Amino acid sequence: MSPVLEVSNLRVRFGQTAAVRGVSLRIQRGESHCLVGESGCGKSVTALAVMGLLARGAERQADVLRFHDHDLSQLNERGMSRLRGDKLAMIFQEPMTSLNPAYTIGSQMTEVLARHRRIDRRAARERAAELLGRVGITAPGLRLGQYPHQLSGGLRQRVMIATALLCDPELLIADEPTTALDVTVQAQILRLLQRLQRELGLALLLITHDLGIVARMAQRVSVMYAGQVVESAPVKALFAAPTHPYTRGLLECIPVPGTSRRDLPLGSIPGTVPRIAPGFVGCGFRDRCAQAAEVCAGTVPTQRMADDHAYLCRLAPGWSAAA
Amino acid sequence: MTAAIALHDVRRSFISRGGMFAPDRVVRAVDGVSASLDPGGVLGIVGESGCGKSTLARIILGLLPASAGEVLVEGRPLDALDRRKRARLIQPVFQDPFSSLNPRQRVRDIVALPLAAQGGVPAEERGRRVAAMLERVGLSAAMAERLPAELSGGQRQRVAIARALVLRPRIVVCDEPTSALDVSVQAQILNLLAELRRDLGLTLVFISHNLAVVEHIATEVAVMYLGRFVEQAPVEALFRDPRHPYTRALLASVLTPEPGKGIPEVGLGESYPDPANIPAGCRFHPRCPVAEGRCAEMAPVGVTQAGRMVECVLEGEGG
Repeated sequence: MSPVLEVSNLRVRFGQTAAVRGVSLRIQRGESHCLVGESGCGKSVTALAVMGLLARGAERQADVLRFHDHDLSQLNERGMSRLRGDKLAMIFQEPMTSLNPAYTIGSQMTEVLARHRRIDRRAARERAAELLGRVGITAPGLRLGQYPHQLSGGLRQRVMIATALLCDPELLIADEPTTALDVTVQAQILRLLQRLQRELGLALLLITHDLGIVARMAQRVSVMYAGQVVESAPVKALFAAPTHPYTRGLLECIPVPGTSRRDLPLGSIPGTVPRIAPGFVGCGFRDRCAQAAEVCAGTVPTQRMADDHAYLCRLAPGWSAAA
Repeated sequence: MTAAIALHDVRRSFISRGGMFAPDRVVRAVDGVSASLDPGGVLGIVGESGCGKSTLARIILGLLPASAGEVLVEGRPLDALDRRKRARLIQPVFQDPFSSLNPRQRVRDIVALPLAAQGGVPAEERGRRVAAMLERVGLSAAMAERLPAELSGGQRQRVAIARALVLRPRIVVCDEPTSALDVSVQAQILNLLAELRRDLGLTLVFISHNLAVVEHIATEVAVMYLGRFVEQAPVEALFRDPRHPYTRALLASVLTPEPGKGIPEVGLGESYPDPANIPAGCRFHPRCPVAEGRCAEMAPVGVTQAGRMVECVLEGEGG
């Protein structure tokens, strides 16, 4: 089966910063793929590069950048904007800033349909109301006439999801969709995304820094650090056998209710995420890694735990810290 | 033993101007909070945005007067202390180290400011104490000459902690101190706070929306909903046996890193709490999955038993 999205060796540069350094991803229909990492690791830039929404001055290169049978690297801005909001949709972290405060929910939603479909006003409103119902908003007719500030954060994010789904997209990219929301609302929104994905057979690229969300939402996970995917595996394999030192460190940092050893300090990773300039060689994590050796300054091999579980490190599969 | 902090029915409301056509609204941000915290304890306050936890923090810090009620710090009313005394007793660490540090001052001067404001500390002594404190929070001496913009988020939060501790206060109020940080850095800061608390005998008020973080650091946890503590208990008891339906919902919505568990159904419905329009009866009843008819009429009274308090009509009736 050909993937919905295929990215191979994606590189993005902003002047003297190499933000993405050779990211490869494949997402199938109905699959949810999580990109996880800390701020500045390049996960959002990867998504924006796929959407063709990078800031001016950014340089994007890729060996393959394919959405279905569209070669995104060859599409011009007009071609991209025909795809965006239609078969290729994205929702963002902050639903307050991604909705226009000066227009009603209804007019923002119907604008999407007017752009991508030959459809009259009434039919567009009906379609918008139908989708608001679908994302669990009661009284959609009332909501269509309201402005963003009249809705709570959770409702605004539901509106964003409904808008993204108006044209039956095949790929939905969600960039930290619940980070600005309270935990109780977060659970509701994630449940909704999961249900819609199942019902519509959506391919979902979910970007998050939260390993709890990854564990509950993903089928496949790519862990990013300093612009690279340092480990990629099916979700169960990743949590059962995290292999890259960064993945292991990250998992030890999260306090888990019920298992917390309050007398012991949490695991933590010393130092901070480095800024990587173009031409950087070696492992981006080596300055913070307890396992770092001299060879880490050279080219880092990609190794495999299993056919579908790869990681980028000198250490052999199944290494242990004691060794 | 005198409590480090005692709150007696503390209240604070704000008037939200309605503008030209709408009536003014009264927002009851903190609506009758009582609590007491022993010296050396860590009171974790959890709740959703808008529940009044930051307003309560500002009241405890003396940055905002309470509309009613009383705050006692080590047995003395907070409003009887002048600013200098208060600053020696109680200090804040805020969420956002990007906006809580003066961008034009060097780290050395930021950390020295509380000493300078107190007066009476010679410059040489100030320099020594700043250097010692920077080392204590894990910042190298070279950092003293930097500007906040040259530091990472975690380093900035260390500067904020150094500034809070340089007067050797007894109490530190931390309002979401790790929410703006990455997980790997969050763990560093939590470990630092736990270590400082142990070594310096600090009392902490720790406000967070992240239950897992609170469980790790707190000794006592208060769950806040629309301006009130609806449940308060020692940390182990609260996490082992949550009593209030809201506490249960909060705990259920924590996503632990366990693949295959799926996203929990929290059962809180679509309605959203509005502090300008607090429901009659139990303030949680419109969202409560186990609410009964009487919950809409009867405001629950807190039941205190075996060191824990629960404010729910159904408490003590089994279930």
